[in-house]
Amino acid sequence: MKTFSGKTLSWKAADGTIELVLDRAPCNEIGSATLGELEHFVSALGSLEKDAHALIISSARSEGFCAGADLRELYRRSQAMPSGERMGAVREFLEKIHRVMNAIDLAPLTTIAAVHGVTFGGGLELALTCDLIVADKMTRFCFPELRLGLIPGFGGIPRLKRDLGNAVVRDLLLTGRSIQASKAQSVGLVSQVTAEGDALRVARTTAAQLNKFDRETATAAKRFIKPLPEADLRREIEIFCDLFTRPAVEAGLRKFVDSTDALPYLP
Amino acid sequence: MTTIEKTTDEVLKLASTHFKVPREQLRADDDFFKTLGINSLQALDLLTRLEQHFHIELPDYELQGVTDFRTLAERIQSRL
Repeated sequence: MKTFSGKTLSWKAADGTIELVLDRAPCNEIGSATLGELEHFVSALGSLEKDAHALIISSARSEGFCAGADLRELYRRSQAMPSGERMGAVREFLEKIHRVMNAIDLAPLTTIAAVHGVTFGGGLELALTCDLIVADKMTRFCFPELRLGLIPGFGGIPRLKRDLGNAVVRDLLLTGRSIQASKAQSVGLVSQVTAEGDALRVARTTAAQLNKFDRETATAAKRFIKPLPEADLRREIEIFCDLFTRPAVEAGLRKFVDSTDALPYLP
Repeated sequence: MTTIEKTTDEVLKLASTHFKVPREQLRADDDFFKTLGINSLQALDLLTRLEQHFHIELPDYELQGVTDFRTLAERIQSRL
């Protein structure tokens, strides 16, 4: 399917580039609906990539690229279940989202995340699956999960560890602070910083440049330099599930859900 | 040496320009969430603009509980 328009995202493939656009209010929180459509995208990717050399992931929401997991849905669904079933449901969600993230990570295309605004938690983890991150200068990156008593669960730590020095990973993870695009570029997370509103244009220009290269060679180079950190990804799921059942997490999630603030996990 | 008064004035000017509130309506002791009518998402946007304007890095946790322009300017001043 060369084009798709769903409830949370859409995609189109033209001129050798696949563009996947997230579009779910308020800021592309990843819940079951987005997960289902991402799974649909990944299942179509095998066919789409035959005529493509690049994939660009971006957001149509002015607030940002993606604010991460849909914690309100996670809390509601969790509360509606008998406590003995919660862990299984969380694990099932994580297994599914990891399959999606791994498929994008390993796609034989050069992948670009064109990001702006809020790129937090699962949103940062999605961007980290891509080969390049092109960021609008107003982008902010953050792993706020520790504020909720959790760790990132969509593959963020292993991918960040793959790409950056351990000290930078510790800073982002253990302080939970957000950093802006220029800082992210200085530590090696971001490939290019653009003017406000220009990330998608620059990502498209970059994708057009990639079209000049032999696809097989580019894929071989990517496979050589970007291995999937499989063992760490599996370990991350286990740690997340161990932490999830603690009362502190339920309290943190409840506080988040009860808040009317736009970003309740920030000061 | 940048004084706290100058830093506060620059913060007020930047907030006025970006959030389109007349400069004369902003006071150093104002609650910027109320005066500017912004939420935490927009406060994050303001933080990014301040970091870029002053060429500093200001961790968001340093702004925990900060709601007025003067204290915000003091946090910035400590990084200059």
